[in-house]
Amino acid sequence: MTADDRVPAPRAPQPRPRTRVVLAEVSRPDDRAARTRAELTQQTRVGDALVRGLVRAQLSLALRLSLVVLVGLGGLPWLFAIAPTVGRVTLLGVNLPWLLLGVVSFPFLIGVGWAYVRLAERNEQDFTDLVQRPER
Amino acid sequence: MGNGFVVPAIVAVTLVTLVIGFYGLRLARTTSDFLVASRAISPTWNAAAIGGEYLSAASFLGIAGLVLKYGVDVLWYPVGFAAGYLALLLFVAAPLRRSGAFTLPDFCELRLGSRRLRTLATVFVIFIGWLYLVPQLQGAGLTLATVAGAPYPVGALLVAAVVTANVALGGMRAVTFVQAFQYWLKLTALAVPAIFLMLQWQADARPAVTPPDGPAFRSATTVVVENRAALTFADGTIRQVRPGDELTFAAGDPVPAVSGVADGADWLLPSAAGDDDRGLFATYSLILATFLGTMGLPHVLVRFYTNPDGAAARRTTLVVLGLVGVFYLLPTLYGVLGRIYTPQLLVTGQTDAVVLLLPGAALGDGTTGRLLAALVAAGAFAAFLSTSSGLLTSVAGVVSTDVLGRGSVRGFRLATVIAGGVPTVLALNVSGLDVSQVVGLAFAVAASSFCPLLVLGIWWRGLTDLGAAAGVLAGGGAAIGAVLVTVLGPPLSGWPATLVAQPAAWTVPLAFTVMVAASMATRHRAPADVGATMLRLHAPEALRL
Repeated sequence: MTADDRVPAPRAPQPRPRTRVVLAEVSRPDDRAARTRAELTQQTRVGDALVRGLVRAQLSLALRLSLVVLVGLGGLPWLFAIAPTVGRVTLLGVNLPWLLLGVVSFPFLIGVGWAYVRLAERNEQDFTDLVQRPER
Repeated sequence: MGNGFVVPAIVAVTLVTLVIGFYGLRLARTTSDFLVASRAISPTWNAAAIGGEYLSAASFLGIAGLVLKYGVDVLWYPVGFAAGYLALLLFVAAPLRRSGAFTLPDFCELRLGSRRLRTLATVFVIFIGWLYLVPQLQGAGLTLATVAGAPYPVGALLVAAVVTANVALGGMRAVTFVQAFQYWLKLTALAVPAIFLMLQWQADARPAVTPPDGPAFRSATTVVVENRAALTFADGTIRQVRPGDELTFAAGDPVPAVSGVADGADWLLPSAAGDDDRGLFATYSLILATFLGTMGLPHVLVRFYTNPDGAAARRTTLVVLGLVGVFYLLPTLYGVLGRIYTPQLLVTGQTDAVVLLLPGAALGDGTTGRLLAALVAAGAFAAFLSTSSGLLTSVAGVVSTDVLGRGSVRGFRLATVIAGGVPTVLALNVSGLDVSQVVGLAFAVAASSFCPLLVLGIWWRGLTDLGAAAGVLAGGGAAIGAVLVTVLGPPLSGWPATLVAQPAAWTVPLAFTVMVAASMATRHRAPADVGATMLRLHAPEALRL
């Protein structure tokens, strides 16, 4: 385990080269990893539970981020409808709704997408770690 | 329009498209090359190709025209078109790529193992594809008529012929290069003139977009009316105009108010509560259709199979979201400046032409103005060529594998000719349809049929073949009904008109509800291998299972 401990832990964005983990461990954990993989492919109860956990994590991530968009963007027509004064506010000579919809909404969507890619890859990394080191 | 640069620019775009297609032909050797480019296209190329394919006539011409006409409320179109990619990223991109399916019907068969569902999906892919192809060809016809004075069928036939030849000869690899090139062309064609337009606006001492006493003609203008409307002049007189009527305005004359066109505060400010609940309903319906419809468009989905793995599919989608977001900053600007420089379009009713006419109108008839007008026309042509190519590739792919039943290159070529011929005939015979409206309906049909099928298929183990079929038939069928009523039916008014013109707000929930309820009622039919499918859809490739 010592070799593994020296690897700095938070390197989330790039998945670690898998070979390093395998080389750092003796052959026994590798057998375990192989067994977990077999559990996944053969649909044992353990394997099934692992996959269900991953699917649930990814789905709840996607739903939470859609909620962010739903509130952030989907609330706007309603806001403009019940509070017409908001539409009359001007910023740099441009009415607020034009700025929000015509300009700000795009970086907002890209930001949410970027967060999703990062978090979804982290979920997958967690799943991979779980499968490859089942003793945890 | 005596602009001598327009025709050469359009010819150049068409030739470059064909040359890149031919270059791709030398690379395409096997059926796999033809259909998915052997799944070896880098994310950057792929993202530019997806962006190029997605930005259609509705994006390039339609949005600016709608902004010119209706103002802030239609900014939901570009926002929704971009947000659709976010929904695709969140719910579909990676699992769909991992499924290994090539078309939507493939996905149905892989996930639910039903041949009949596959057939149903095939019918919907073809319907949505054709529904989306017709307005592209129409837009081409109208563009060539506007900028070069060619008869309407010439543009439609030209685009149809170029695209059919290109897809039939080069397949998808060629199309990928063509699409990527066309994304950058489209962005340049709007961005460069936009810079000149902003400078001109500065030089003209920043004329107000909504001056207190209404918009006015900047120079003496003769307007030939193309749509029936009621004009209200500054002195209060109302005049009914018919297509063909000629009106002459002197420089500085106020622009008459046109029936059906938003002006003043209506244009500048979002619709408020109380004045029109139907407006709010239509806005939310539009948001829902664009947000959820993108993932159900056949030409968008087929691109994901060219990513090497699920993680690459996700990154590609994020890059696409960025590319599309940058592009959508521009059409709004054209719509707003059109209010100042081309107010006559409000009177003629040809608001879709604002992007094409604005450079000439604002910058004058000098060389700069004419070159920029030619650049914009070339960009518009790129929009028709690229979206039609993508649609045709996916419809032809489905026709060749599911209708003709052969996987050969010759089969694909035959399918391309069939898939391209039908919408061409349709486009030549219906010229009265509104481009943006038809595109919106295509999104609504996709959102009410394939979106629930994909989302539930990917995330819910309980989906059954009967449930999926029932949901697609109920939601998609209702949306198709709305399309047919809009296109063929009598004109409606009040709530029925709103419900039919923007159907997504009721057809999408209907599709989801029916799909879930029918799946639960037929629970015993859930496929036995659903666990294995889920593993395949969601397990990261790093595991190498």
